[in-house]
Formats: sequence, C-alpha cells, structure tokens
Amino acid sequence: MSWRSQLFGSPWRALLSLLLGGLLLWLVPRLLDWAVVHAVFRADLPACRALDHAGACWGVIAEKGRAILFGRYPFGQQWRPLIGMLLLSAVLGFSAWPRAWRAHALLALWGLGLPLFLLLMRGGVFGLETVPTHLWGGLPLTLLLSVCGLAAAFPLGVLLAFGRRSAWPVAHSLCTTYIELVRGVPLISVLFMASFMLPLLLPPQWKTDVLIRVLVGLTLFTAAYLAEVVRGGLQAVPQGQVLAARALGLTELQVQRDIVLPQALRAVVPALMNSFIGTFKDCSLVSIVSLYELTGSLGLALGGDPEWRPFYLEGYLFIGAVYGLLCFAMSRYSRFIERRLGAAPRRAT
Amino acid sequence: MNRRSRRIVGVLVQAALLLALVALIAWAGDNALAQLRARGIQAGFDFLLQPAGFEIGESAFAYDSSQPFWRAFAVGVGNTVRVALPALVLATLLGLLIGIGRLSTHLLLRGLSTAYVETLRNVPLLVQLFMWYFALSELLPAADAALQPLPGVYVSKSGLSLPWPVWAEGAWWPTSLEWPEVGGFNVSGGAAVTPEFLAVLLALATYTAAFIAETVRAGIQSVSAGQRQAAQSLGLTGAQQLRLVVLPQALRVIVPNTTNQYLNLVKNSSLAVAIGYPDLVSVTNTALNQTGRAFECIAVMMSVYLLLSLLTSALMNRYNARVALRGWS
Repeated sequence: MSWRSQLFGSPWRALLSLLLGGLLLWLVPRLLDWAVVHAVFRADLPACRALDHAGACWGVIAEKGRAILFGRYPFGQQWRPLIGMLLLSAVLGFSAWPRAWRAHALLALWGLGLPLFLLLMRGGVFGLETVPTHLWGGLPLTLLLSVCGLAAAFPLGVLLAFGRRSAWPVAHSLCTTYIELVRGVPLISVLFMASFMLPLLLPPQWKTDVLIRVLVGLTLFTAAYLAEVVRGGLQAVPQGQVLAARALGLTELQVQRDIVLPQALRAVVPALMNSFIGTFKDCSLVSIVSLYELTGSLGLALGGDPEWRPFYLEGYLFIGAVYGLLCFAMSRYSRFIERRLGAAPRRAT
Repeated sequence: MNRRSRRIVGVLVQAALLLALVALIAWAGDNALAQLRARGIQAGFDFLLQPAGFEIGESAFAYDSSQPFWRAFAVGVGNTVRVALPALVLATLLGLLIGIGRLSTHLLLRGLSTAYVETLRNVPLLVQLFMWYFALSELLPAADAALQPLPGVYVSKSGLSLPWPVWAEGAWWPTSLEWPEVGGFNVSGGAAVTPEFLAVLLALATYTAAFIAETVRAGIQSVSAGQRQAAQSLGLTGAQQLRLVVLPQALRVIVPNTTNQYLNLVKNSSLAVAIGYPDLVSVTNTALNQTGRAFECIAVMMSVYLLLSLLTSALMNRYNARVALRGWS
C-alpha cells in the first residue's frame, strides 16, 4: 500500500491520520524546544536555574556525569573502572562474534579478562590503591553484576532444567519446587533474603561481602527463569535424536551434553537473549539493598546535592538512554544470531 | 550398565542428594539459631499479635500504630492489590490497542506503536518509576494552584482528586457527588490518591502494556493469513474481521503469555517500596527493622506473593480454559 492510501485511503484512516498527525505536530516542536532549543549544555547552574524547566538542563550530565557513571569510586582512581569497562566490553564483543566460538579460546579469554577486571577494580597490587567493594558503583557495577550473575546462573539453570525433566522423582520434585517457588516471588524479596538472611545462615566468622551476597541472590533468582527457558528448548528436541545417539553407543552423559543440549539451546536463542536483557535491567534493583549501580549512583549524585536536585529528570533521561541503547543493541544482536543460526545447515547428527 | 544397576545408581544418587539438602538445611538452621541466641532475638510468629507501633502513610482501611503487626501486613497487602488491580486493567487496554496498532496498515499508528514498545521495554521499570514519581511530585504545581484538566478533577504535587459518589444513610445507590475543593494549601473532598500511588500505577501500567502489546502482536500473527482472507471474502469489514475471526483465535496464544505478564506485574509492584509507597515490601521492611525477625517477616512477604501469584494464574487458567481450542489436543 502506498503511504498516501495508508494515510488517507478511507474516512477512518483520514481521521486517524489527522488525530495522530495533530498530536505529533503539537508534541514534537515542544519536545525539541525543551530538549534542544532552550536547553543548557554547559555545567552552568545559574543558567539552568533561570530556565525554570522551560528547557532541559543537560549541564547536570556535564557536572555529574562521572559521579553517575562511576558512583562512589574514588575520583582520582576512576580511570581504573573506565579501563576495566573497556576491557570487559572488548571481551564481550569478541565473544559475541560467532567466528570466535571455540570453547577453549572463550574460556581462556574469560578466565583472563574477568579476574583482570576485578583486579583493576579492587586494587591492592602493583601499587594500586585498594578500593573496597562497597565503593564500587555505576555502570561498571551494572556490567559486573549482570555478567557474573548470568555466567553463574546459566550452568545452574541448565542443571535445574535437566533436573525438572529427570525421571528420578526426588530430583524432579526438588527442581520443580525450587523453580516454581523462585518464579512466584519478586526479585526484591530474594535480594532482601540475600542481604538480611544469608549472613544469619552462615557461620558468623564468614564475613560475606554485600556484593557477593547480592550476586548469590541474583544468581539463584535468574537460574530459575533460565531453567524454564532451557526446559522449553529441551522439550523441542525430537526423541529420535536421543534414540539415534544411544544406538550409536554414546553414554547418557554424552547424549545429553553433545546431542540434546546444543540443539535445545539453539532452539531458544531469542528467549535466552530476552532473559539476558531482563537480568541486565533487573540489576537496577540492587540499589534497594544499598549497592549503587547506575540507577543508584544517579540517586547518590543528585539526591545528595540540593543545587542540582531539581534536574533529576534530565539525569533519569540520561541513564534511561544508556540502558535503552545497551538493551536495544542486545535485542538487535539476538536477531542477528537467530538469523545466523537459522541459516546454518541443520545437520541431523 | 544393565537396567538393574542403573536403577540402583539412581536410588543412591537421589538419596545422596536428599541427604546433602537435609544436611545443608540443618547446618544453616543451626548457624541461624546460634546467631539469634547470641543477639538475643526471639524467634517465632507471636510478634504478629503485638502492637506494630508504626504509622502507614495510606491504607485501604482504618489503621493506626496501636494495631497488631498482622494488621500492618494486611494494610501492605491491601495497598499492593489496590495499585496492581487498576494497573492490570489499564495495561491490558493499552497493550491491546498498541499491539493491534503495531500490525496496522496505517503508517503513523504503526510507527508510534513500535516506538512506544521499543522505548518502554528497553528501560528498567525502576528508572521509569523514579521518572514518573519525580514528574508527579516535583514538576506539577503546588496544591493551591492545582491544574484542572476536567471540571472537578484536580492534579497537583499532592496527588489527584476526583469527584466521588456518596451514599446517604441506608441508600442503595449514590445519592450525590462530592466535589473536591481547592483550599489554602490542599485539595479536600472527593476521592484523592497520592502521587506515590499514581506513579506506581502509571509506571506499572505503561511498562506492562509494552509487553502485553508484544504478546498481542505475536498472537495475531499466529493466525494464518488465510483466515483473514476468508473473512474478507465473506464481506466482513476490517473491524469485524478482527473482532469475529482473528481475535478469538489469537486469544489462544495471547492468554497464556498475558498470564505471565500479569504475574510479572504483580511481582513488579514490589518496586513501589523504592518511592515510599507503603506496599507489602515496604511494610515488611519496616517490621523487619523494628523486630529484627528477618526470617518471619520475609517468610510472610514471600508467602503472600506466592499466594497472589497462584491466585492470578488460577483465575487466568480458568479464563484460558474458556478460550482454548476445544475437542482437540
């Protein structure tokens, strides 16, 4: 259909076009006016005040950007999380490249990259000042939580999915109960549990770091959701594959690991990516148990400063854009992988 | 391995699994009891009957600090349900419209719907909630200069006020409307909701609508094109095709997925604690800090959420049984 007939093909269409067009004509100039024409881009407090919200004060990002991105990390040391973040992004980017998918290479890459990142953040060696984890914050913390949380939750989720499909009644009922219990409660309650109850459940001499506790909570929560996604994939693998593999004389472990699991995971790539995006967004909740990742560090940066406090909205729009871009990139990547896997020859091994 | 020995291995592994779990629970329980004793904290649910000793900002029913803890928890549950239910209705309506809009042949409608879904889905709910709350509680005019978008409806920093029907003594139906009035510092009379309530409601509804829109779109796309063409050749109009042929079939795909979104909405309402709306999590948090009974408080909170989740999925499953394909499967 041509755009002309799409917009004006019938009286109803014309009416709808007029309504929506009118809305856009009213809204867009006002938005542009606020966000660009009348906006102040310098960190100039009097100029921002003079606007009286008639224009955006992007100066708040210029003034507080580093505090928002790096949280309470010591100001003079912020090159460390910056380099760490670049390093982690490089590792992530490389792992996202299908040609690099060799198990040993990836394991080596992550085995080197992640400790190096933690070392940079933590310090205490090579003359780097030690920065305790409660000062970590901002975007590096968001990345760390989502990457580590997912890396730990994935194997657990796969185990739970196999357990739920297991013919062993004890394994089946334990895994089913766990998955359904965790999926029935909100993440906040799991984080509460991790921060209030976990210290009680462990011997008092085990001083657990709040970051570790939150990671444990996040992992246990995410695993239940990943388990259901993986289970969906396992169900999609035809029984003939299992029978054929057994007939070839593979052991039960080989059948599941080499035949069933790869096909199951391939079938649920979009759903897995959706879960990853969900976990990335869920990390914003850890600010409720006083870990200041991106969302929390915005609150620290602006909430504690009465002068810049009126410009919270601009701050939220800024981190909203950061989250939005990263999530959008992930969902685009998911489509790319889906197409690529779909195009790859499906061998009936 | 023959079948017999495989069975024995299975029994042994499961016994070991169970034993390990019991040992873990016993060890953790032992640690917990020792620490509670060392700190002099009592265990047990008896505190639920003691006076709570804290006030709650808003409540669906009468409550004050002299009432027992269980009443405080009930206020929290009431507040959670009070905001989740209308959010659920709003999200469904908005999601249905936007989901259909995403498949429209109308250029502007399709573009706007797609932009809505892509923007709202990709930003964490917590950020959106903060944004709504900031806009409603700081950017709106003060109560004495309240905006009046419709006659009798006032919007200001202190919330939204609406005209509300009042019942005279013994009457079955409302006898008159009570109109809110702008006073010196506040708006009084009528029905009023706080900015916290409004922020949670709007954030939950608009965010969940984006996800419901996607399930609606997937459902409509799952109906084969032939169905629509057949309906067209029978002479049905576009709206009739959608209402009589496409939607009833699409509902079979839409309802189970929407159930998941409803469950998410109920669970996501727990974020309300972040802006100080006194929902279940917020009451639990206060009770936990007052009594130190972490286990009991968190157990109460988790059981209530589990119950709410079970209730939601039970209701939706009954509805699903009505729209599901009959005589097949």
